[in-house]
Amino acid sequence: MNKLVKLYHTLGSPPSFYRIAGYFLTPLLLLALGLTAYGLVDGLFFAPIDYQQKDAYRIIFVHVPSAWMSMFIYAMMGIAAIMAFVWRMKVAEAVMMASAPIGAAFTVITLVTGMLWGKPMWGTYWDWDARMTSELILLFLYIGVMAMYAAFDDDPRKAARLTALVAIIGLVNLPIIHYSVEWWSSIHQKSSVKLTGSTGIKDWDMLRPLLVMAFATKFYYGYSMLHRARSYLLHTESQKQWAQAALGLDTPKKQNKEQSNG
Amino acid sequence: MTPTRKKRLMLIVMVFLGVALATAIFLTAFKENIMFFKSPTEINAGDFPKQRNFRIGGMVKDQSLQRANDSLQVSFVVTDHAHDVTVTYQGILPDLFREGQGVVAIGQMNNDGVFHAEEVLAKHDENYMPPEAAAAVEAAKKYKEGSN
Repeated sequence: MNKLVKLYHTLGSPPSFYRIAGYFLTPLLLLALGLTAYGLVDGLFFAPIDYQQKDAYRIIFVHVPSAWMSMFIYAMMGIAAIMAFVWRMKVAEAVMMASAPIGAAFTVITLVTGMLWGKPMWGTYWDWDARMTSELILLFLYIGVMAMYAAFDDDPRKAARLTALVAIIGLVNLPIIHYSVEWWSSIHQKSSVKLTGSTGIKDWDMLRPLLVMAFATKFYYGYSMLHRARSYLLHTESQKQWAQAALGLDTPKKQNKEQSNG
Repeated sequence: MTPTRKKRLMLIVMVFLGVALATAIFLTAFKENIMFFKSPTEINAGDFPKQRNFRIGGMVKDQSLQRANDSLQVSFVVTDHAHDVTVTYQGILPDLFREGQGVVAIGQMNNDGVFHAEEVLAKHDENYMPPEAAAAVEAAKKYKEGSN
């Protein structure tokens, strides 16, 4: 238990988080790139066609992993927001703000690929059914989180505190998105892949690329989020000695001396 | 946990529960409006808006599709296996429109009990499989029906 507490405190301090996160960047990026390449080739060229949609169903290998990520990242952001609000942890603030744009990007990909699939399959790009509407609200929540922070950017600590509250309130939307196709009649189909119970995709050659892409997007999020969180900490802590050292700058004291000499 | 942190945690728990409760009440109150379509059973019971467009959803009944010879006029029966509603439509049906598949039609109910659609959308289900698997499922279904 003591070790866990120690790890928590180590990761909670910006300099050690910056250092430790740095080790993970390259492996995460390589995993993300490798799995994305494999998943896309496997899904777009080798997976068998669907009996009804033929080749058009292949957008699932981008759409579904993106949709999972749009909700997974919001959950991560929400947890970081709770930690930032209650414990005022700088690292949690960094993780929260680093997650928002990545989640927003995945939400946009989800909406756009869904619309492109909807036109030939359903016969319409968009309709206001519960699934589509709640996913659109998720995009607005991400934008709201980023806008809230931007509105108070002269004081990052205060901005993060207020933003955390918005992010926490938005968590209400996650179960609504997930159960929207069960609670209400909708044009969007029910979930094809479930953690428990039977899935709607039984063919392993079809399911495999989907799962590979699900892991690839998780690794990409890990890479991108840690990278952004490190930059966030460097930016907000730029006056601290560790940040100056990480940036390869001399300590401010020494610089002043040199200036007075010259 | 220090008292200040406990207070903050309680604050966000209360805010979260409040928002969740308000959302739940809102969604329950507007349940009817969020429902994307009416089922044939609801329509049969007279539970649909009159003189106004709404959506009907269900399965296209097997062997119910009829096309006119000289126009794009089509008619088919939408069923939920309990009740049927006849739908007429003028236009091109979407790719996924099949007998035995899900469909959503937007339009009005006529006095004669026929639904006049202005737009027909195909509804896909959550099952994806290769053609061979679909053929095997179909064969098994036929075999089962034959043995009954």
